[in-house]
Amino acid sequence: MNDENGEGLSPIVKIISGMIFPFIMIFSLYVIMHGHLTPGGGFQGGAIGASAIVMLIVAFGARHTEKRAGEEKLSLFESIGGTLFVLVAILGFIMAATFMSNFLVGSAIFGEIPPFGSNPGILNTGGILPILNFAVGMKVIGGLSAVVLAMALVSKEDD
Amino acid sequence: MRKIAVVVFIIFFAFMFLAAYDMHDFGAPPSKMDDYIIQNTQNETGANNGVTAVVFDYRGYDTLGEATVLFTAIAGVMVVLRRRGENE
Amino acid sequence: MIYNIPFFAVIILIAVGMYAVIFRRNLIKIAIGITIVESAVNLFLITLGYREGGVAPIYTNLPANVVIPGGMVLPVPQALTLTSIVIGVAVLALMLSFIIRIYQYYGTLDSKKVRRLKE
Repeated sequence: MNDENGEGLSPIVKIISGMIFPFIMIFSLYVIMHGHLTPGGGFQGGAIGASAIVMLIVAFGARHTEKRAGEEKLSLFESIGGTLFVLVAILGFIMAATFMSNFLVGSAIFGEIPPFGSNPGILNTGGILPILNFAVGMKVIGGLSAVVLAMALVSKEDD
Repeated sequence: MRKIAVVVFIIFFAFMFLAAYDMHDFGAPPSKMDDYIIQNTQNETGANNGVTAVVFDYRGYDTLGEATVLFTAIAGVMVVLRRRGENE
Repeated sequence: MIYNIPFFAVIILIAVGMYAVIFRRNLIKIAIGITIVESAVNLFLITLGYREGGVAPIYTNLPANVVIPGGMVLPVPQALTLTSIVIGVAVLALMLSFIIRIYQYYGTLDSKKVRRLKE
């Protein structure tokens, strides 16, 4: 908890933001995974997760966050999300006739069909939509955090 | 040069004001495609949310293009803001 | 005519943004002007799809007296606006990184002084 070179904010801010960070990440995962039932989805939940990591950059300083969640790990996270999106779309091309077709409707994994009209949401529905939501959420979290970390570090390179 | 810019600015926005009189009324859009999409979202995609079904299923190719634009812009930022002496 | 007020608000926002891009010299003010034009175009896309007295096109816990295709707002313009917002964020990030490098190299942010190649 003690800082080597006096950067970041006071110790009260560091303790509180360290305790709140897991709850913000759980809320972001909730908004991403319920994208086919409530308003939300991949991009909105990804923006919430990226702002949680930016809160850590502000509270602890840019160099301390660089050691834990560096730019290489965030770039790897973003690339895995993008590759998963394209792989699921190509899998739709192999199983059915067209690219990115919804081949999981009616099967066992995500494929119930909800009754017509107003209903409380069933999580097992949606076809390939929850998988695509998760891939886009990973991509947005990794990308926006890497951009803000790079901008915060560029002004500290000449000391 | 500045006087030409002011004159072109005024002519352009007068034209846009005249074009705003011919728009359709604010509460009644003439669209039949969206009625079909709202009616058949739950049979064809199995999702309750109409907007997410349009973004990822009926128009999924546009979302792939947007993910590519996001990836290209972030790669461009990482190239421009690279620090000196970073794993040579 | 008085019911088309959102379209006139879009035209006023585009005029404010284009004035900041054409007639101002500071680079940060030009970037803010481009973002204002982007926001005005997103507002225009959303107000194209409004139905009077409509609810959101989501079936989870719908209120009881809603006509199914006639009382809901159109979902396609909202999907296009989502794409446009994300592309606006990406373009703004790239513009700001270029402005950081220009300030480090030239020492000033005036767009009339960054024309010549510095020795």
